[in-house]
Amino acid sequence: MQRHLISAADLTRDDAVHILDTAEEMARVADRPIKKLPTLRGRTIVNLFFEDSTRTRISFEAAEKRLSADVINFSAKGSSVSKGESLKDTAQTLEAMGVDAVVIRHGASGAPYRLANSGWIDAVVVNAGDGTHQHPTQALLDAFTMRRRLVGRDAGIGQDLSGKRITLVGDVLHSRVARSNVDLLHTLGAEVTLVAPPTLVPVGVETWPCEVSYDLDSTLPKSDAVMMLRVQRERMNAAFFPTEREYSRRYGLDGDRMARMPEHAIVMHPGPMVRGMEITAEVADSDRCTVVEQVANGVSIRMAVLYLLLGGNEPAVSHARTTASTEEK
Amino acid sequence: MDKHDQQDPQLDEHQDPQASGARPVLEGPDIARVLTRIAHEIVERAKGADDVVLLGIPTRGVFLAQRLAAKLEQITDRKIPVGSLDITMYRDDLRMHPPRALARTEIPGDGIDGKLVVLVDDVLFSGRTIRAALDALNDIGRPRAVQLAVLVDRGHRELPIRADYVGKNLPTSLRETVKVQLAEEDGRDTVLLGAKQTP
Amino acid sequence: MSKILIRGAKVLGGEPQDVLIDGEVIEAVGTGLDAEGAEVVEAAGKVLLPGLVDLHTHLREPGREDSETVLTGTRAAASGGYTAVFAMANTFPVADTAGVVEQVYRLGQEHGYCDVQPIGAVTVGLEGRKLAELGAMHESAAGVTVFSDDGKCVDDAVMMRRALEYVKAFGGVVAQHAQEPRLTEGAQMNEGIVSAELGLGGWPAVAEESIIARDVLLAEHVGSRVHICHLSTAGSVEIVRWAKSRGIDVTAEVTPHHLLLTDESVRTYNPVYKVNPPLRTERDVHALREALADGTIDIVATDHAPHPHEDKDCEWAAAAMGMVGLETALSVVQETMVETGLLDWAQVADRMSFKPARIGQVGGHGRPVSAGEPANLTLVDTAYRGQVDPAGFASRSRNTPYEGRELPGRVTHTWLRGKATLVDGKLT
Repeated sequence: MQRHLISAADLTRDDAVHILDTAEEMARVADRPIKKLPTLRGRTIVNLFFEDSTRTRISFEAAEKRLSADVINFSAKGSSVSKGESLKDTAQTLEAMGVDAVVIRHGASGAPYRLANSGWIDAVVVNAGDGTHQHPTQALLDAFTMRRRLVGRDAGIGQDLSGKRITLVGDVLHSRVARSNVDLLHTLGAEVTLVAPPTLVPVGVETWPCEVSYDLDSTLPKSDAVMMLRVQRERMNAAFFPTEREYSRRYGLDGDRMARMPEHAIVMHPGPMVRGMEITAEVADSDRCTVVEQVANGVSIRMAVLYLLLGGNEPAVSHARTTASTEEK
Repeated sequence: MDKHDQQDPQLDEHQDPQASGARPVLEGPDIARVLTRIAHEIVERAKGADDVVLLGIPTRGVFLAQRLAAKLEQITDRKIPVGSLDITMYRDDLRMHPPRALARTEIPGDGIDGKLVVLVDDVLFSGRTIRAALDALNDIGRPRAVQLAVLVDRGHRELPIRADYVGKNLPTSLRETVKVQLAEEDGRDTVLLGAKQTP
Repeated sequence: MSKILIRGAKVLGGEPQDVLIDGEVIEAVGTGLDAEGAEVVEAAGKVLLPGLVDLHTHLREPGREDSETVLTGTRAAASGGYTAVFAMANTFPVADTAGVVEQVYRLGQEHGYCDVQPIGAVTVGLEGRKLAELGAMHESAAGVTVFSDDGKCVDDAVMMRRALEYVKAFGGVVAQHAQEPRLTEGAQMNEGIVSAELGLGGWPAVAEESIIARDVLLAEHVGSRVHICHLSTAGSVEIVRWAKSRGIDVTAEVTPHHLLLTDESVRTYNPVYKVNPPLRTERDVHALREALADGTIDIVATDHAPHPHEDKDCEWAAAAMGMVGLETALSVVQETMVETGLLDWAQVADRMSFKPARIGQVGGHGRPVSAGEPANLTLVDTAYRGQVDPAGFASRSRNTPYEGRELPGRVTHTWLRGKATLVDGKLT
């Protein structure tokens, strides 16, 4: 694992499995009377959110607090950032405060990469979603959810998602979740199919390690998991699709379509759901839908990531054991 | 190589004890005998071991706890709850190494509240692992009492901690290593005493 | 004025010759010229070119003197071997009146490092709504002949048609920044494989090509000539090639960076690679090189676009578009065109001096290196190889994509009408 977590594409198969395995142990903390570990005591983590995202922010915050880190929430709104302070100045301000890690959500693709690679700060950078680029912890929590449901909680330890058929449906073009998931699921051995109207598939998708289909109905019977991506209604105004109704009819998941999925197949959604648009209430509320699990799993995954990046004197690399023999006391 | 192996039973798995000229101080039959003795001691001291919960500290402490539980079940003819307690997240030297892989914490179904928890580990050395285990227990519940069983006590304590049940007291120098091998993990039962390799 | 003898230079890359400058003009070109009374510049092994002419420079003055001024920009030009630069109109205020263009022109004359030929805006305030006073700018002391809304596209077809027609009256040319605005809303980089991965808004090639196609047809229809700024795609090359074969009066330029860099550089998210038009693909780079070699693309123009450090030291989306180029242009052309065997030095002189001067109709520049011509000359040590060090730039800005990159060639001397502006790589 690298020093930062910027893109799901940076993770090797072993890194990813290690994170999932670690998250499985972290998940057990949630079942205990005292949901807290002393591991990151004395570490300071800033949640630097240039974009509103209460869900992601509180998920990271819960993970950080369960690991006993000191948490600072920095919302760009109402701060000097909204008065024109640059990302660099903000970063250097945080650095001066002795921050150990920055969890950054930013509207501009590449902002976390810039933060990690421009020499502005030394802190560990965790990408909590950048523009339409990447959202690696989301992909990890999705993979974690799939592994638990499709392989098994205990049976999954040490395992990847080899041979699992995963379908992502919706606004791929504007989705960092789709990009992260394609990268990670491919790394984990899954077969990924993207389903979307052609307007919502990026030019250049042909090099992605996945299939692309415009037809949801023919893909559903061949899916072990179907992930519905959020489709913003305003896309309709930019002529990505004609009407909400037509979108739902062609690409929305309703009860009838869900019935075409294999018995064991699950329905996923990164949230927040637009009910009636990409997913009907019947599907969203069914026990095949993992939305609520995904939220809980998000905390475990983020605990695992933060532990592996911050829990030691250096990030957990695959060959940790050969480098562990340095000085003691 | 590793200088802190006795503090961290997980980290020295790849060390080849034979390479440093290690010699066995306990062999398979010795280990079996010692565990039987400890099981009897637990029954005696715990007055029947009615409320005993065995928690092994990964990796080898867990196997020892399972073996102890089996022996206790033979003696008492009752099911003895046994589990594992990973102390990684509670270590005091986390910042000195890359993050370690986590091991499983498995608390038996009835929990540990009001129980007599016997922690089981392979080697007692600085006492820091046990300190971490006590902290970890604290977050899990409130036992009636906590006791400690170890296969080998090699001395050199750095904290005011002692074992209640000791398989073998083994006076060592800090230049020596103690390595426990168990069939479940290493393919054979033995305790090896060797010289520390210089890095 | 004293005499200068440039001894043993490979004139336009040919056989070694001596060039004797007397005052503002070249007195003689030959072998074994008499050095009597002349300052001698030993030029053995070096290549002597006519002073370079840049049809596309942003000098930023007036308005953004924090990034460049006429003085720093013309010093950078002299440093890069240029004796004339065309200053783009997107200043503050916009160069859309005779007053502004005359000011820029005079500043160039006063500083004396490089002739500055202002480009006038096509529309008032570059807003695309109302034609600027093109005639007045032409008749001003600056004598504007090139008009461009560069930075913005004259996207309204009727406005473009009128401009093309109107400049016929005085032989002007409209230089189009070809960028269809609707297709490039939110665009951040070339649309393709890399943009899909990086999640940066795509800037499709068709946004450039559709405008070029329209404009060559308009130029044909109204019988005017049109110049295409910074052509960047293989498709654009095809369209220009087709237009020329049809006899349409179109000329086109390519920037040095589009001859060298691709959108793969954007993977670093380093805004130093952010430029308009965006860096394209390897395939485009090769098409551009071939087109420059076969004459489909007429000239190299730098699109020298200085920006202050803070406008690049930020996240990609927030960064300004553009790169400085005057001081590295010739080196990049040597790297991409000469060392690849696509152009010889005489052709480099054609693409970087003769033709740009002809398109811009600037007198005294882009002339042959022969007796009686104005002594606008550039001496290049083509054997040199070294790393680009922005700290040594004469430009006020440092936003070069070549920092640390090894490039061939170094301009050692530049003469503007017989006056040395650069001697041994140092500005006078």
